[in-house]
Amino acid sequence: MEKVKLTIDNKLIEVEKGTTIYKAAKQLGIDIPVLCYMNLEDLGIENKPGGCRICVVEVEGRRNLAPSCSTDCAEGMVVNTHSIRVINARRTVMEFILSDHPKDCLTCAKSGNCELQDMAVKLGIREIPGQEYAAMSTYKMDFSPSLIRELDKCIMCRRCEMMCNDFQTVGALSAFKRGFEAAVGPAFEMDIEDSTCTYCGQCVAVCPTGALTEKDHTREVINALSDPTKTVIVQTAPAVRAALGEEFGLKPGTLVTGKMVAALRRLGFNYVFDTDFAADLTIMEEGTELLGRLTKHLNGDKEVKLPILTSCCPAWVNFFEHNFPDMKEIPSTARSPQQMFGAIAKTYFADKIKVKREDLVVISIMPCLAKKYEAQRDEFKVDGNPDVDFSLSTRELAHLIKQANLDFKSLPDEDFDKPLGESTGAAVIFGVTGGVIEAAVRTAYELQTGKKLERVEFEQLRGMESIRKATIDFNGTPINIGIAHGLGNARKLLEDIKAGKSEFHAIEIMACPGGCIGGGGQPLHHSDSSILKARTKAIFAEDEAKVLRKSHENPYIIKLYEEFLGKPMSEKAHHLLHTHYFDKSGKIEIS
Amino acid sequence: MTKYKQIRIALNNCGVIDPENIEDYIARDGYMALGKCITEMTPQDVIKEIKDSGLRGRGGGGFPAGLKWEIASKNHADQKYVVCNADEGDPGAFMDRSVLEGDPHAVLEAMAICGYSIGATKGLIYIRAEYPLAIKRLKIAIDQAREVGLLGKNIFGSKFDFDIELRYGAGAFVCGEETSLIHSMEGLRGEPTIKPPFPAEKGYLGKPTNVNNVETYASVPIIIRKGASWFNKIGTEKSKGTKVFALAGKVNNVGLVEVPMGTTLREVIFEIGGGIQNGKKFKAVQTGGPSGGCLTEKHLDTPIDFDNLVAAGSMMGSGGMIVMDEDNCMVSVAKFYLDFTVEESCGKCSPCRIGNKRLFELLERITKGQGTMDDLQRLRNMSNVIKDTSLCGLGQTSPNPVLSTLDNFYDEYLAHVKDHKCPAGECKDLMKYFIIAENCVGCTACARVCPVGAITGEKKEAHLINSETCIKCGACMERCKFDAIIIK
Amino acid sequence: MSRIKVKVKEKDLNTIKEICKSFNNEQGELINVLHKTQEHFGYLPAEIQEVVAQELEMSVAKVYGVVTFYSFFTMKPKGKFPISICTGTACYVRGAENVLAEFKRQLNIEVGETTEDGKFSLSCLRCVGACGLAPVVLVGEKTYGRVSPEGVKDILAEYNDK
Repeated sequence: MEKVKLTIDNKLIEVEKGTTIYKAAKQLGIDIPVLCYMNLEDLGIENKPGGCRICVVEVEGRRNLAPSCSTDCAEGMVVNTHSIRVINARRTVMEFILSDHPKDCLTCAKSGNCELQDMAVKLGIREIPGQEYAAMSTYKMDFSPSLIRELDKCIMCRRCEMMCNDFQTVGALSAFKRGFEAAVGPAFEMDIEDSTCTYCGQCVAVCPTGALTEKDHTREVINALSDPTKTVIVQTAPAVRAALGEEFGLKPGTLVTGKMVAALRRLGFNYVFDTDFAADLTIMEEGTELLGRLTKHLNGDKEVKLPILTSCCPAWVNFFEHNFPDMKEIPSTARSPQQMFGAIAKTYFADKIKVKREDLVVISIMPCLAKKYEAQRDEFKVDGNPDVDFSLSTRELAHLIKQANLDFKSLPDEDFDKPLGESTGAAVIFGVTGGVIEAAVRTAYELQTGKKLERVEFEQLRGMESIRKATIDFNGTPINIGIAHGLGNARKLLEDIKAGKSEFHAIEIMACPGGCIGGGGQPLHHSDSSILKARTKAIFAEDEAKVLRKSHENPYIIKLYEEFLGKPMSEKAHHLLHTHYFDKSGKIEIS
Repeated sequence: MTKYKQIRIALNNCGVIDPENIEDYIARDGYMALGKCITEMTPQDVIKEIKDSGLRGRGGGGFPAGLKWEIASKNHADQKYVVCNADEGDPGAFMDRSVLEGDPHAVLEAMAICGYSIGATKGLIYIRAEYPLAIKRLKIAIDQAREVGLLGKNIFGSKFDFDIELRYGAGAFVCGEETSLIHSMEGLRGEPTIKPPFPAEKGYLGKPTNVNNVETYASVPIIIRKGASWFNKIGTEKSKGTKVFALAGKVNNVGLVEVPMGTTLREVIFEIGGGIQNGKKFKAVQTGGPSGGCLTEKHLDTPIDFDNLVAAGSMMGSGGMIVMDEDNCMVSVAKFYLDFTVEESCGKCSPCRIGNKRLFELLERITKGQGTMDDLQRLRNMSNVIKDTSLCGLGQTSPNPVLSTLDNFYDEYLAHVKDHKCPAGECKDLMKYFIIAENCVGCTACARVCPVGAITGEKKEAHLINSETCIKCGACMERCKFDAIIIK
Repeated sequence: MSRIKVKVKEKDLNTIKEICKSFNNEQGELINVLHKTQEHFGYLPAEIQEVVAQELEMSVAKVYGVVTFYSFFTMKPKGKFPISICTGTACYVRGAENVLAEFKRQLNIEVGETTEDGKFSLSCLRCVGACGLAPVVLVGEKTYGRVSPEGVKDILAEYNDK
């Protein structure tokens, strides 16, 4: 690789050709401020429009200032990142940006966690000259079941547009209009609810300002908790425990399962349960469905639909309903763990504790924003009463804990309640890309072959590559497995299936980078991909620490079937734990 | 005095030939240059000839055309493109339209020459949809050239293939910037991207692409025919050949002018343009459109070339030349250009998207008499930062009208800010209507016509205008038969 | 999601499909497709953009992004006699603003709007390349040069009975 030598702030450095000034400066410990630039290293996600112009630096011999995020180093270059010219330009540009940005920081959902606010602090902005007569670009507010768009706060960093189009290939968002009026949103500035949005929440996860935030449901949860007539129970998704600690200053990757349970109990939930229980249940149902289809296929049944696709991820479900409705028979009919939990809680468990359905409130804590939408789907309601009443994101839970004056870090480690709080390691790994299929393989293998797995870890299914393939030997029968995270990657696998080119028997798909640990409801990663990796590690650590690591070994799951459901795919199981999908494409009708 | 005599290179055939008849063009040595290139010259020879001629891009920046071709020729690819930028967007410039309407084959021939030299077989003309006649004539010209084998396969019996298609602009000034133009041709929003990579490396559909404007191409065939040494004898040391200007505004003779580089502004405005209309006083000349600046009396004897204009705080641009007289307010002129930039900014980078809006707002305040001395300071700082930090040529030059008027007409700004007066009498908000008591006969016609009841006075006595209530609609002045109402 | 269904006449649907097909349904031809479509329908309402997006297999958000980027494309129907006032520099220095103001006053509409009877619409354009005739006004294809605010009335009068 060719190298180039250059000087940055009087320090000499040699870097590979093609390295940007920003990255080279970083190697020297010089932190050039960036706003629109975003790079999730090793995930192939980069946003580099060179639009905000905050990262400009002075390059000797160049007429104007250079954006360091998108200017490559060159031999002999002399760069100054903090000359008066640069500092003045950076501040003036920041003043421009802030002059077109609302000043309601006190009540903004992003306050305290806002990259724009941090930048204003870093650059020492104390006033916006001429603000009193500066026009602001204004747009209508947009509320949806999962997210809120307040475009007045859009700074045109284009990160959401990049995630929605390049990474997710959802195409709900695009830059529209031009100049001062330009912003990013759906076609015709319609409500996001009317677009092809899947509510994956990745736009929210990368938005540096308060322009895109989750729909907050903490108020509803507090109301339920303070209602003496209600029994309020909570379920927590696996990815939450690997990230929640970050909101309280703990190192990324710190597992806080016990403290989280303690906090939820102190918040007043009557029972603290685990979505992991439902994840084990999912494996029983989905695994059985997989084996059923596989067996038919191996017996030469031409009608059977393969590959089977996982259906745990609600954004993914939305995605294929919009984009591949003709293939809606392929995904597993198993509901997601959140919904399985809700269905069991409001039947089996409600009966057990003798509480009427309408007096039982089920709250979920999810790393996800699409879960909010999923919870309110009509097919998951009984007489208008939803199986899951409200879904909170990891961030919202952190807010609740802070509001309740709980010193999170000093809370004791406590255990989930029984029976819906028991789970295996297989359920925990639902939180990372490849985890669902690995959990399914652990169970399907043993059920299919009748043999006991010597080693439950399937390293070949793990990793961060966008699309992964592995073949697992099921006692002489090779089973081809595909894994994709990110809907753009999922689309590739689906196109292959459509074209009849797919070699897979089963495919796991997660919408978010890294799986649920990178979900749209997680603590903001601020484009640091090492955080996602640390969370992944934590999930696998929790799996390893478990005594039981295969879903079918969960004693409470076994009991649930014995007492209530019968067997996997039974009629009752079908009724409560399976679903069907809808065609949401085809907006155009002939009049 | 023959120095300022016009020389026609780019406009060589305009008005002389029937642009819808290829025979006419051929009769005037048309396609001879292409034939010479293909049959007698290697691609390297052609590039050398263009380099030696000193031809610089006529679209604004003045980048040496030969060098551009050379870079594109050295980047290897299975497909390359020759693009003609005919999205003439400067308000007050119509040189390219005239060339396309008057001599379309010259552009086609030049593009083919360029294609031969850089190794491209496809040409694209990106033309404004608002130029229907130019589009029609180009289509005819392309068809005729194809018919006689001057476009298409095996041109002049050689192995060289070249064909040209039209692409339509859709009304975005920023598409004059070459990366924006390319994105627009690809069906995208015409937003610029950071250079490098330059189009010569990664252009249309990611392939090496040479982009020049109409006038640049129009100069190519004659350079090949008459030789680089003929061309480079015309003009100044660093700017060779001629430049077409669209002379407009307050001069007696408006229209297209093609003069050798090095001609002075005075020669163009006063000798060719015949001086200022109605015997008024020359005040300023704006060159370079929204990217350029306003030059004054003291610049009149500056020889026009790329570098001198930049040094004087303006630029060549594509060749708009608007003359202003004493009735034009320079703050308003700056505001006019900023209004244009605000509307045409693509919005991708913050200094251009927001900064220009702020510049416009400040200028508006000043023209309303609400500006402060601090505002003048901020105007300059914001202008400098926008120039220094904007992503593309649009934002990097958009403050030029402000900076050049601040430099050359600071007194006029001061008059607006300190005295709340517009010396040119153009800023409505700073004008007041008065009744000259001596002329007023007290007919009450003005009071009756005033829509806001700002005029009072007894019959047969001099009336008075209450300037607080007056909305400056001018109705009174129109009605007064005794010339008793004036604006100050 | 997709609570809104878009209704298009079969004839119009087929027209758009044909236009897209004539450009091989290529996304890169979007601007050409939009030109042709606007030429046919006079404007580009949402439902037309939905069909174009479907035919070119691209997101309608992107189509809308392109339509709203270029000033030539419009989502509102133009009047029977579209009036365009040149606001290029040459016209500006010769008083185009006053002419524009007079049109606005007479028609009682703003730039980008159409009169209630659908007869006139008002727009500004940048330099039609007739600077010698400044200020210039176009009504449909017809050009009027050296227009003064006083002359506006007469121009409009020409279209009174049409």
